[in-house]
Parts: sequence; structure tokens; C-alpha cells
Amino acid sequence: MDYHTVSAFAQTWGLVFLVVMFLTAVAYALWPSNRGKFKKAAHMPLEED
Amino acid sequence: MNSTLTANRHTGGAWTMGVLFALGAIVSLLWMAKAPSPEMGFHAFIFFAFFTLGCFALVKRQYDLAGAPAVPTADDDVGYMDGVIRAGAIASTFWGVVGFTVGLVIALQLAFPVLNFDLPWTNFGRLRPLHTSAVIFAFGGNILIMTSFHVVQRTCKARLAGGLAPWFVFWGYQLFIVLAATGYVLGITQGKEYAEPEWYVDLWLTIVWVVYLLVFLGTIWRRREPHIYVANWFYLAFILTIAMLHIVNNLSLPVSLAGAKSYSAFAGVQDALTQWWYGHNAVGFFLTAGFLAIMYYYIPKRAERPVYSYRLSIIHFWALIFLYIWAGPHHLHYTALPDWAQTLGMTFSIMLWMPSWGGMINGLMTLSGAWDKLRTDPVLRMLVTSVAFYGMSTFEGPVMSIKAVNGLSHYTDWTVGHVHSGALGWVGMVSFGALYCVVPILWNRERLYSLRLVGWHFWISTIGIVLYITSMWVSGILQGLMWRAYDTLGFLEYSFVETVEAMHPFYVIRALGGAVFVAGSLVMAYNLYRTMRGDLRDEAPFVGAPVRAPQQGAVAAGE
Repeated sequence: MDYHTVSAFAQTWGLVFLVVMFLTAVAYALWPSNRGKFKKAAHMPLEED
Repeated sequence: MNSTLTANRHTGGAWTMGVLFALGAIVSLLWMAKAPSPEMGFHAFIFFAFFTLGCFALVKRQYDLAGAPAVPTADDDVGYMDGVIRAGAIASTFWGVVGFTVGLVIALQLAFPVLNFDLPWTNFGRLRPLHTSAVIFAFGGNILIMTSFHVVQRTCKARLAGGLAPWFVFWGYQLFIVLAATGYVLGITQGKEYAEPEWYVDLWLTIVWVVYLLVFLGTIWRRREPHIYVANWFYLAFILTIAMLHIVNNLSLPVSLAGAKSYSAFAGVQDALTQWWYGHNAVGFFLTAGFLAIMYYYIPKRAERPVYSYRLSIIHFWALIFLYIWAGPHHLHYTALPDWAQTLGMTFSIMLWMPSWGGMINGLMTLSGAWDKLRTDPVLRMLVTSVAFYGMSTFEGPVMSIKAVNGLSHYTDWTVGHVHSGALGWVGMVSFGALYCVVPILWNRERLYSLRLVGWHFWISTIGIVLYITSMWVSGILQGLMWRAYDTLGFLEYSFVETVEAMHPFYVIRALGGAVFVAGSLVMAYNLYRTMRGDLRDEAPFVGAPVRAPQQGAVAAGE
């Protein structure tokens, strides 16, 4: 496994992996059924003390 | 119930910790005997004192608990663990004042070199890392540890995990600070910016940091809320990434087992890239992600408004995490680093505009419906100003990472000004705001000693910051232009010392700005001290301007 193999892997599958992970996070944030949960979460700092 | 309570009191990890401390004391005693230099012997002595005092404190605790009646106290596994947060508030205020003052000293040394006193210990080269480490790691680090312990307990509705472990994190971290600071003054350094401590201090910090991570994760594990609040994600990213950066960048081989000196595992351009991968992500994950967690908890709390967009906060988090880690190479433009890596660093730095400004907008818009509070609450004003400075310095940073701009700005005071608009404006102000929020809550006071003094602190430090960053912009651009000026024959127009001479007035203005900022921090320390004592200053509260009823006649006349 030399430098070129590793860098070729990182530039293809690494890129796909990171982009898919990021898109999953965005989808989770924007998913319509999560709306209520996030609305509640936005109030969390106001609950204690 | 009662039996579990007693069981809890007698364990809490105290015995394990006691045995480990006793072992530590023996090892540091041996080390002291074997130390090849007096400086190293001194550090072994500090370790020895730490472990011995630790054993003493543990024994005293056991005696105190044995004599105490079996009612639940804050020390038991009931309620929140707030003592360690109170200690953190005191420590961060103390280190803040120390770190800012050393900064003022080195600013004066640059303006008036005679202040180096021709002594090795007071030389700029040794005091500069003392300043940077004191403000970033001692002040900033204590603020982050303290607020993370506060926020994670409140948003998870769970007590800190790990028995005495949070106290070990607090005191272990103070030991790290003392070792690092005394080491610099005595000349012990591995010469890596923001990672100057030598191998044995690095190993100690690794232990402390891993315990910190476990305490934080353990508390999240115990949570009584199904959802993990976004501030905890930012804190977790900060703790985890700093662990990774610290370990990789400090991989080195000590010359001898008892001596201070070590050599890095990397060499040449690999070493430089590792260093700036570390260095820039220290900015990204220590000075940004950690303090954004503070923004996401204390701004909603103080404004009494929910987070403007919780969805945006999630996207903000992941975008920041995915982009920041690649931005480091912009510190190595026009060096031996391959060109494509420089361009990569620049591109990711420019893309960082989006999450940075998304986060800034989210923080500022949290005030929608509560903007009037800026008139009446100087603490909120401080928090909001910090976010404005965050927006400003995260705009400036990507501009400076563009190669053409960097050609002018790099190695000049412009960089120093940029760093301080982020450090004083963003990190400093948001930390002051958090301290002003935390102290009355944890000392159970109705309010701060004086809101008027917070108002003074706000204006004093804002004026200090403005003096600092404007003088450094002018000085930096002047310096950059003078370095690249050619005469008609193609020779450099200025010698280096001429550029140094030209910067003198700006160095004086910068030192003045620093002095003003230090004065502001002293006002804060006084105000917090009086709040802790339980004093309330008799003063007129801030009131908003009276709302005038629209006058019929005036409108008619205007038309």
C-alpha cells in the first residue's frame, strides 16, 4: 500500500463517504417529522436555573 | 437509600485515586533525584507537591465525611455538582487577568525593547508563549471546562459522572498550566507554536484530557432528556478533536527518560503541516467550537428567547466540523508545502464563510423579539458584541487565506490584529458574558453586584479592542507594503530596521489598547468578587427609553 493507493482511495471513496455523511446530517436537520423535536430542543437552555 | 448514600461517600474513586497519587508522589521524588538539570528537578518537585497535596486532600475528605451526618449534601450523588464549576469561575478570572497582563508586558517590550531587561527569563521569546498559553489554555480552557460542566448538567438534567473525576480534571488542568508556564520562563520548550510544553507535560495533559472526555461522555450517557442539546455537540467536538490534535502533533521521542528535551516524530514539511493542522484546528475546535457552545447556551438563556433556528444550528455544527479540519495549510502559503495542498487549505478556508456566518446569524437572531434587552442588560450586550466580532474575524480570516492577500499579510502585524479581533472580541467577550451569567447562578445571588460596572467593562474593553486591531491593521499593511517596495533599479527600497522603526507608533497604540483591556478585566474581577461575597451595589437600574405616545399634531405637521 503505497502513497498513491492511499491518496487515490481518499480522493474517491473518502470524498463519497464524507459527502454522504454530511448530506445525512442535513437531511436529519431538515426532516419534516423532526420539526416538533427541534422546536422543543430550542427551548432547552430556558428550562433550568 | 441510606446505604447507597454511605457506599457512595466512601468510594467515589477516592481510594483508587489515592493509591495512584501516592505512586505519582514516589515516581516524582525519584525523578527529582535523577533530574539532569535544575529546571527539570523543579518540575519534578511541582509534580511531587501536586500528588502529596492531592493525597492530603483525599484523606481529609474521608475524615470529614466520616464525621458528617448522613444527610445528602452537594458532595453526594444528589443534585448537580456545582463546586467544581465555582472553582472554574475563580480560576478562569484569575488566569484571565494574568494572561492579559503578560500580553500587555510583551506589547510594551515590542514598543520599548529595554523592558526585556537583558535577562533570559524576562525575554520576549520566553514571555510570548507564556502570554499565548495563559490566555488560550489557562483562561479559555478553564472557561470551557467550567461552562461545559455547567451546560452539560443543565441540558442533560444529570449530575456530572465519575465521582471525584471532575475535580481531578480541574486540578490536573491547573497543574498542566503551572508546568507549562514555569517551563517557558525557565526555557523548557519544544518550539511548536501553541504546543510549546515538552513531552512529560504533554503526557500529563493527555491523561487529564481523557478523563475530561470520559466525564463529559458519562454525563451525556446518564441524561434524562432524550435529545442531546446542540451546545453539548459543540463541546464534544471540542474535547474529542483537541485530544486527537494534541496527541498527533506532540508525537516525539525524549532524549532521556528523566530529561526535558525531546525531538518531534516528524521532520521538515511534514512537521510543518502537522503543526499547522494542529494550530489551525486549535483555533477551530478550541477557540471556535467550544465557545460556540457557550453562545448556544448563554445567549438564549440571557435573552430568554429560544434558539432562532435549531435546524440551522445542526447544519452549522456539521458544516463547521467538516470544513474546519482542512483549513490548516493556509498557514503555509508559498512554502515547501505542495501547491495543491496550499490551494486546498485556501479553498476550505473560503468555504468556512458559510457555516461561520450561518452560526453568527443564528446567534444574533436569537435576540429577535428581545432586542430591547440590549439597552437594559450590559451582559447580553457583551454576548451579542462577541458574536459580532466572531462574524467580523471569520470574514477577515478567509480573505487573508487567499494566496494573493496572504502574500501581503503573512508574517506582518495584520495577522496579529486578526487573531486579537477574534481572541479579545469573540473569545474574550463571550467568556466575560458567560462568567457574568454563571457567577450569580452558582453563588445563588439574586443578581450581579453591579450591572453598571458591567456597562463600564463593556465600553472599556471595546475601546481597548478597537485601539488594538486598528493599530495592527495599519502597522501590518504598512509593514507588508514596505517589505515589497522596490526602487527604480530593482533594489529593495527599505532595510528591515526601517520597517521596524516605522511600526513604533502603532506598537505604542497597541500597548495602550492592551492596557485598557487589562483595566476592564480588573473591573470584572472586582465585580465578580463582590458578587461571590453576596454584596449588592445600591444603584439605579438600566431602564429603556420611555415609549412616547405618537403625537397626532407632530404627524400632521410632518405631512
